[in-house]
Amino acid sequence: MSVTHADYRLSQLDQLEAESIHIFREVAAEFEKPVLMFSGGKDSIVMMRLAEKAFYPAKIPFPVLQVDTGLDFPEVLATRDNWVSRLGVRLIVASVEEAIANGVVVDDGKTSRNRLQIGTLLNALEEGGFTAAFGGGRRDEEKARAKERVYSHRDEFGQWDPKNQRPELWSLYNGRLHEGEHMRIFPISNWTELDIWDYIGREEIEIPSIYYSHRRRVFQRDGMWLSESDLNPLREGEEVVEKTVRFRTVGDLSLTGCVESEADTIEKIIAEIAVATVTERGATRGDDRFSEAAMEDRKKEGYF
Amino acid sequence: MSTDDTAAVPELIGREADLLRFATAGSVDDGKSTLIGRLLLDSKSIFADQLEAVEATSASKGYDYTDLALLTDGLRSEREQGITIDVAYRYFATPHRKYIIADTPGHVQYTRNMVTGASTADLGLVLVDARQGLTEQSRRHAVILSLLRVPHLVLAVNKMDLVDYDQETFNRIHSEFTQFATKLNIPDLEVIPISALKGDNVVERSEHMSWYSGPTLMHHLEHVHVASDRDLVDVRFPVQYVVRPKSDEHHDYRGYAGQVAGGVLKPGDEVVVLPSGMTSRIAGIDLFDKEVSEAFPPMSVTVRLEDDVDVSRGDMIARPSNAPQPSQDIDAMVCWMTPQPLRPRQKLAIKHTTRTARALVKDIQYRLDVNTLHRDQETKELGLNEIGRIQLRTTQPLLCDPYSKNRWTGSFILIDEATGVTVGAGMINSGS
Repeated sequence: MSVTHADYRLSQLDQLEAESIHIFREVAAEFEKPVLMFSGGKDSIVMMRLAEKAFYPAKIPFPVLQVDTGLDFPEVLATRDNWVSRLGVRLIVASVEEAIANGVVVDDGKTSRNRLQIGTLLNALEEGGFTAAFGGGRRDEEKARAKERVYSHRDEFGQWDPKNQRPELWSLYNGRLHEGEHMRIFPISNWTELDIWDYIGREEIEIPSIYYSHRRRVFQRDGMWLSESDLNPLREGEEVVEKTVRFRTVGDLSLTGCVESEADTIEKIIAEIAVATVTERGATRGDDRFSEAAMEDRKKEGYF
Repeated sequence: MSTDDTAAVPELIGREADLLRFATAGSVDDGKSTLIGRLLLDSKSIFADQLEAVEATSASKGYDYTDLALLTDGLRSEREQGITIDVAYRYFATPHRKYIIADTPGHVQYTRNMVTGASTADLGLVLVDARQGLTEQSRRHAVILSLLRVPHLVLAVNKMDLVDYDQETFNRIHSEFTQFATKLNIPDLEVIPISALKGDNVVERSEHMSWYSGPTLMHHLEHVHVASDRDLVDVRFPVQYVVRPKSDEHHDYRGYAGQVAGGVLKPGDEVVVLPSGMTSRIAGIDLFDKEVSEAFPPMSVTVRLEDDVDVSRGDMIARPSNAPQPSQDIDAMVCWMTPQPLRPRQKLAIKHTTRTARALVKDIQYRLDVNTLHRDQETKELGLNEIGRIQLRTTQPLLCDPYSKNRWTGSFILIDEATGVTVGAGMINSGS
């Protein structure tokens, strides 16, 4: 807390925190069954921290839901488990593998795990009867997100209708739903990537170790450095080399590229991001690169 | 990641940086998207892959220059139509401030989007085309920003390059607007001649307008004083959520969580809980695991009281000598946001601070023509994007202030109970 008492000034990071906490409390007060969608990435970890602060000294009054693609980095799962046990929240894991086995989603061999996550997620939300699902989306990430509301309405098919969004004024959020509909809630809509890192540094928040520079065996595919893994078999002509790298985003390990980096502390990461010339998604997310409107399409279908 | 371009290293945003939220209004033709693109580009908030994508698109469309507007046109349908139809939020930062831009479309059929963008803005930026001067649209934008009590207004006279940077043209628009603004409530006005396309007076001072001695747009955004816009006198704390851990460690803990909407709260202060009227003192103010010595807007805190009084969500904590009047009869300006018109006798849900009630439309007093400020008292309904003065009767007392006094406790939304959609935005004149 950095309060200058003389003029009652609140830094922008404190203002963002206050806004996000307000949103968490509003949802907990107005929705019957909220759930926090946890990806293991830094954004959803910041969300856990904000939720912890919003209800302290009470525990977070809703469970945490993770979609397990079967292709998650082990370091991410370890961090998740630390957080869940420290906060004493209930963890629900929705497995893409199980969803495929149960016929909830169809793996045609061409569709990425990231896309199969959509069906798995929607099914888990429906099965759990969740009426509000917190997501760590930020409006600075991508053009389609820039127009999404903090309370983002989803119809009974889980779809987002960008042309028919409810107006959102002041900090008065409208959480009205019909049977079968739910709301996606984005408490960190107004945070930028730098804000997230600044906050992680300030709060000394534990994030998966793969965000920090480390030695890793990697290979190049479609211009990205991917991690060597049994889950991601090499294709012809691909060659494994060892490099000093870190990940800027965390997702499906078959699609999430790393960047060469010596940044092994938060300060160095912040310095590196400040000079970055490529957006975090553009640099390292295979799933957003297929078309300029890739994210918009996935969101309409019910992506985070 | 490419880190070799050291010339482009922006200074880090300081931890103590402020926040400035501003709303832009103007149509495609006024060059609004180009201006935002310019601010993002010149403040080095655009990444290489974003710039490459718009350069490629501009080239494929056969443009002579990179269309910076493409940076901000988000949804595909908008890109296809070449217009901005929804509020889009943009971010950039300098070492001094972080900026949140609510980018809103300018046409009259999108008034509701502009109202939405203006609702949270500290500053409103209206663009006019120097060749055309003030239009009905620019007047409307100023009216809406003033109705929404956006405390600072900037009129950017754009496309100065197309009028040969002519001082006379600028002066004419300047005085015409200043005259119009006297009819509105605009506490702070700045008029700046710019060219968003060429970059004159946006971030860099123009070499073509030596006759202009005022600030560049960026300089003004960096230095406009917004801290004093908050109400630090009248304590208003709408209770959002009651924190009761029910754990062994915090067995007796009972705290009232919320975001401070006005005034400064301190431990030991005598307070009144509305609408019950019970009084107590503040035992402590918690911010996560720390106690703080004071809380002020817009802090989210948890307040503990000395006495075991009954407090629940929707209640408000204020000072006994300075509390809002609970009221079920509300007089307000409303912007209507849905195609089915608002009519007297209609019943709606109303959300005001953390309290939700039902409201009956008792009367529509007049419709305000946002282009001429004419009050049409003959009308018996408000259509989509229309603004008017109405009277409501609510099922529960609202703990309200005039919007002119406090934007948090003076605002409400109206919700259609059948569809669940937000259909109106209200600014309270008075409760009685």
